[in-house]
Amino acid sequence: MFLRSLPLVFVLAGVALYTVLGGADFGAGFWQLFAPRNERGEQVREFAHHSMGPVWEANHVWLIFVLTVFWTCYPKAFGSIASTLAVVLFIALLGIIFRGATYAFRAGASTDRELGRIDTIFSLSSILTPFALGAAVGGIATNRVPVGNAAGHLFSSWLNPTSIFIGVLAVASCAYLAAIYLAADAAREGHQALERDFRLRALGAGVLAGAIAIAGIFVINADYHTLFHSLLSGRALAAVIVSFVAGLVTLMLVYTRRYEPARYCGAIAVAAIVAGWALARWPTILPGLTVAQAAAGHDTLVWAVLCVLGGGVILFPSLAFLFRLALAGRFHAAERNVPDEIAQPLRASRPGLVARLAVALLIAGFGLLNIANAQWAHAVGIVFLVCFVVLGFRAIVFSALGEQAAPR
Amino acid sequence: MGGLSFAAAFAPVDQHYLLEARQMQALSFSVHIVLVCFGISFPVMVLFVEWLGHRTGDRLYLTLARRWSKIMAALFAVGVITGTVLSFEMGLLWPNFTGTFGSVFGLGFAIEGFSFFMEAIFIGIYVYGWGRLSARVHMLSGIPIVLTGFTGSLMVIAVNAWMNHPGGFRLRGGHVTHVDPFKALFGNTYLWHELMHMYVAGYVVSGFILAGCYAYARLRGRWGRYERIALTIPLTVATLATIAQGPIGDWAARDVASTQPIKLAAMEGLYKTTKGAPEHLLGWYTGNHLKFAIAIPHVLSILADHSWNGTVQGLASVPPSDRPPVNVVHWAFDIMVGIGTLLALVAVVYLAIWVWRRRLPESTWFYRALIAAGPLAVVALISGWVVTEVGRQPWVVYGVMRTDQAVTGAHGIVVGYAALAAAYVVVACGLAWVLRRLAQAPLEEQVEPPAQLQVA
Repeated sequence: MFLRSLPLVFVLAGVALYTVLGGADFGAGFWQLFAPRNERGEQVREFAHHSMGPVWEANHVWLIFVLTVFWTCYPKAFGSIASTLAVVLFIALLGIIFRGATYAFRAGASTDRELGRIDTIFSLSSILTPFALGAAVGGIATNRVPVGNAAGHLFSSWLNPTSIFIGVLAVASCAYLAAIYLAADAAREGHQALERDFRLRALGAGVLAGAIAIAGIFVINADYHTLFHSLLSGRALAAVIVSFVAGLVTLMLVYTRRYEPARYCGAIAVAAIVAGWALARWPTILPGLTVAQAAAGHDTLVWAVLCVLGGGVILFPSLAFLFRLALAGRFHAAERNVPDEIAQPLRASRPGLVARLAVALLIAGFGLLNIANAQWAHAVGIVFLVCFVVLGFRAIVFSALGEQAAPR
Repeated sequence: MGGLSFAAAFAPVDQHYLLEARQMQALSFSVHIVLVCFGISFPVMVLFVEWLGHRTGDRLYLTLARRWSKIMAALFAVGVITGTVLSFEMGLLWPNFTGTFGSVFGLGFAIEGFSFFMEAIFIGIYVYGWGRLSARVHMLSGIPIVLTGFTGSLMVIAVNAWMNHPGGFRLRGGHVTHVDPFKALFGNTYLWHELMHMYVAGYVVSGFILAGCYAYARLRGRWGRYERIALTIPLTVATLATIAQGPIGDWAARDVASTQPIKLAAMEGLYKTTKGAPEHLLGWYTGNHLKFAIAIPHVLSILADHSWNGTVQGLASVPPSDRPPVNVVHWAFDIMVGIGTLLALVAVVYLAIWVWRRRLPESTWFYRALIAAGPLAVVALISGWVVTEVGRQPWVVYGVMRTDQAVTGAHGIVVGYAALAAAYVVVACGLAWVLRRLAQAPLEEQVEPPAQLQVA
């Protein structure tokens, strides 16, 4: 049972990280849309963008992590969810397409009008995507996704009161998190006006998200009483309380301008909601399908767990490096010139010999790969062909660039 | 123990728009694969040029590496989204495939997800780190991007190779049991030729596209030291890779002949199992016969079997319902090989002039050909994938699960297809606009007063 549940814990942790990190990224887009069309608003937009630029792709990949681990370890559940919720997931996908594209497009914008248009698309898709993903979660939470290929209703599975509530709550939480993070960034970089702006926005969004969450409890009660009941009992209740308390503490921290702790406390508030949702349903994934029944075979689970752990050992230090650079403001520091430490002209050592060796490798590689039939010959042949490319490149490019060296 | 499963996972699904689902997948894939080529090879070239800059102290290299890295970042951002589209489509379009075999092949994508993660992290560090990290740390931050370009392709191709040559599981009454994902993905002989063929294609495609841009600059009269260097590096990579691609392609075809004989028969339009089979070029397959084709006696047997009178299995050896659409596969194959031959011709001209004259070609025609070479290489790349994927039909998992058993039962595929196509048109126009803007940015030498050695 432990092995069968462990990957789901990874998946949920991925969902929580995606909500917290990717969510802040979506929220930045939210604030860009609602920034006034004047110089102050322009600053807000620009700041939101430059804060997220270096990290958005990494934040986004949590979603890929969630999808791939989920379909590897719980394939039936994945197939059922993706096919029934196809419409709303496709809407989320369109949002992801346009958000990512506008990040790339911004590199080419030169006038304010161009920037304005790109930012509008960016912001609209930043709202659409978390709403759609939240609505999809609502469909699963209210047992509207049965087991099977598109077995549920394509529309009412996500167009229902609970889905809409969770979608709206997702957008509000993203806005809240983003405002906290951006206020923290602004305070660190010494932009007092921007810090004030984002602090006010964080307080407003925090109160609003809290109000929506409380109102939502009544929506869930009316729409799907079972979920209401299980959320407010047992371990799920504990998670709900943690979320509530963390939310309140975050508000106080923002109010007293202690943004760094607020950043983490806000993340806990959001992650606790994900945990509460999972605990309320445990051990069911979909109606009539428990986690144990949905899990893949033993070997797959073992490999997947090893893979996630091994990947994590490489991934987390790298992520820490990225965030340390980002949080230390290194990506926005003034640029230094790289000093010319070792200045020496490029010399091709014996290009003729290297070129002849490359040709010999090509001929030998051809013989081993295309005339011989043994597997080992093919393996050696491939290595020879790769060496042919590398040596050929060395022979040509080094002498070509040596001749085109700058006049000194 | 897995009592509940997809009700009749192998029953055909009631889906009128299977063809549209396949086209939507093909569209998403074709868009993504071009960006993958840049993901594979561009970091290597950018890093090489940056290394040259530090090594020679010549600012021009650093300027070039920096400008290229901006393009690399824009292409990567678009690649992130087109890749996300593909992973969504695994569930949106083919839930029965993923639902039934996710436990067998899914691990490949999970590892690919990690390498994608590392790529995203370090591309952020590399692109935003220019001038803000020490030269050494900046170069080092580029290395994971190069490595993940390889591991990412390895994982995705491992899944595709498994779909073409499945193993590592057993079927019992429609249920997948005894799954050994490691054996399924990496113990597969089909993996290696596919991986190498694609990885080398990545260098061919992006090398020729980049070289084409500077060939265009030359024809427009911009031909300074910057353009010459910026053309020489990708062009040398592309031409050498093209030469290597020939033997690799032949190896791949022989592996296809032994593991997927029906795919080979479709590539060649061969109906009857034949001894000493001729190689057919072009032509049109109709009524179990390839009309108007040029036949070269015995060549197919020699290529596929290494023997003058070797037997080559024909389409007739399987029932009509198990045969792929012949004309699509045959023409895609001929287009790929034809373009590959043309590119090899360009490569031979370039390398020969280099060996004998020690200079770049001077003929305007050569540079015109280079402009055409990039798009042609893309056509060849996509044709090659058409051969692999359409040639596998009607199977999604070769010989195990049919495509019509894999597709979603949801309605509205046509709407999704249209919306995705429209979105991609918008993204393509936007990307073209951005790349043009980046190319037009003035070539300011990024030389400020030499800074003192500062500590960050």
